[in-house]
Amino acid sequence: MTTGPGAERGVVVIGVGNEFRRDDGIGPEVLSRLRGQTADGVRLVASDGEPARMIEAWTGARLAVVIDAVLAAPPPPAQISIPPAPSPSTVPLHAPCPGRLHRIVVDRAPAADVHTVSTHGLGLGASVALARALDRMPERLVVHAVEVTDVGRGVGLSPAVAAAADALTAAVLRDLQPATIP
Amino acid sequence: MTHRSYRTLTATGLARVEGEGSMYVRVGDGLVEEVRLDIYEPPRFFEAFLAGRSFTEPPDITARVCGICPVAYQTSACQAIEEACGVTLPGPLADLRRLLYCGEWISSHALHVYMLNAPDFLGYPGAVELARDHRDIVERGLSLRRVAISIMELLGGRSIHPVNVRVGGFYRVPSVAELAPLAGQLRDALDLALDTVRWVAGFDFPDFRCGHELLALREPGRYPIERGTLVSSGGMAFGAAEFEQHVIEEQVPHSTALHARLAGHDGSYLTGPLARYTLNSRWLPPAASAAAREAGLGPVCRNPFQSIVVRAVEIVCAIEEALALIGVYEPPDQPFAPAAPRAGTGHGVSEAPRGVLYHRYELDQAGIVRSARIVPPTSQNQAAIQDDLREFVQGRLDLDDEPLTRACEQAIRNYDPCISCAAHFLTLQVDRG
Repeated sequence: MTTGPGAERGVVVIGVGNEFRRDDGIGPEVLSRLRGQTADGVRLVASDGEPARMIEAWTGARLAVVIDAVLAAPPPPAQISIPPAPSPSTVPLHAPCPGRLHRIVVDRAPAADVHTVSTHGLGLGASVALARALDRMPERLVVHAVEVTDVGRGVGLSPAVAAAADALTAAVLRDLQPATIP
Repeated sequence: MTHRSYRTLTATGLARVEGEGSMYVRVGDGLVEEVRLDIYEPPRFFEAFLAGRSFTEPPDITARVCGICPVAYQTSACQAIEEACGVTLPGPLADLRRLLYCGEWISSHALHVYMLNAPDFLGYPGAVELARDHRDIVERGLSLRRVAISIMELLGGRSIHPVNVRVGGFYRVPSVAELAPLAGQLRDALDLALDTVRWVAGFDFPDFRCGHELLALREPGRYPIERGTLVSSGGMAFGAAEFEQHVIEEQVPHSTALHARLAGHDGSYLTGPLARYTLNSRWLPPAASAAAREAGLGPVCRNPFQSIVVRAVEIVCAIEEALALIGVYEPPDQPFAPAAPRAGTGHGVSEAPRGVLYHRYELDQAGIVRSARIVPPTSQNQAAIQDDLREFVQGRLDLDDEPLTRACEQAIRNYDPCISCAAHFLTLQVDRG
């Protein structure tokens, strides 16, 4: 068994979502596409996004890559609040566009929330805020957020979100290149 | 104070509950006229989805109903299908099923106690703010979750939506050597759990008593977790197969979840920690029993605000049970008891962290699911939550809207409603006219 950068440096990819909630299944879908394509030691973790589990999964990691769905539904115009230091900035989404990808590097410092889809009222923003309070942020946290509009009950991604899965998988693999890992 | 005699309180997107829903309270002429727990989502998707599937599939499919209590869904599903197929689990496999369920209890209860409910008692808006001031306390909660995750990863294959569970047992069972490190983790966790009981026992609890009929499983000799027969505080006693004769589900206009009531009884009933404890406290294992006494719980607990103490005691119970099960474990010859399909109907019940979870499956001779029925604990508790909230608000109408709304939210969180299971999202509205 070869040892990849993940084993030495603590790399985890967390696919958040529920494949029985339509487009919320994009996280698990990308996770399944990544199997066999990542270096040994890179942990692939399926998650429901619950903060304690998220923090447990990324504690001590040099790099954590999170794949999650972000609900884009008008009105009002949705926006993802990105918490970089020193001042928060936002990515306005204007019109919703299912399948559009956003890559966000989340700073360790306290700032605003990241609003993603969650059925528990405790989304990724809560995980980041709690991890910061507990000093449990990974050294580097990259979030790949996928705009979705259909999170009703049922299986299968909508065509626009399914079409984005290849590009998203490739984007995650780029983040896992040794040169990009702290 | 006219505005307090006629008002509406609304909470939309109620925080720190599992799922999505809303609460509406209308007050007129100083009396609470209406209380509604609104649940929006169509709840029966999974039941319809199961029809036409193989009898081997419900444990995996129903695990997706809820990210917090997948083991409960898997267990009730397995038991129902095993009954339909005439399969009985040998001792070691039954023990492993209980051990896995202990992991879920620890995980779910620690989440609720530390992240969702304790901030209410300590005046914090949420766990993040609590963690900023009391990092050590929240870390203790995360440590308890960690041991639960270890159990669920070892026995379930992963911590969410376990993939190692199958009808008749497991795909793979652990060796004695694999369980040994878990025992060490559990021994450490026992101290953390006892500290948790002492911590929550010191909270201030509003003086409130619910008078509902209580419904829980019972397995004489030990605390009910993964199996048992049903008993009630009013003297009802029946098996899973009679569940639908005694529990009647009814549609109500404001909710997509069905409301349940007990046949032949007026009023609502309650399932979950208070019911389990009140009907079974005599069978708590020693450390949990002592912790309950030290916390000031008598043999009966009917104050929903103290359900946080009962949950903490049940964490101790689950850890003790897990240690005992690991202590006597001998790997079974096979990881599962073979189950051949046959035509029939099976029923399964288990004690999900939030209460009784019932499944029924009707199979044809090829093992295809012809119909399925799932009755989750939150839909059973919905009417009781509404009744308690009506009484709770009536006694606190002197509060302004904002503190009253907060108090209502806390009152709802006492029941740890899993709207995800019953249906889905929560919101609170109080109408004072």
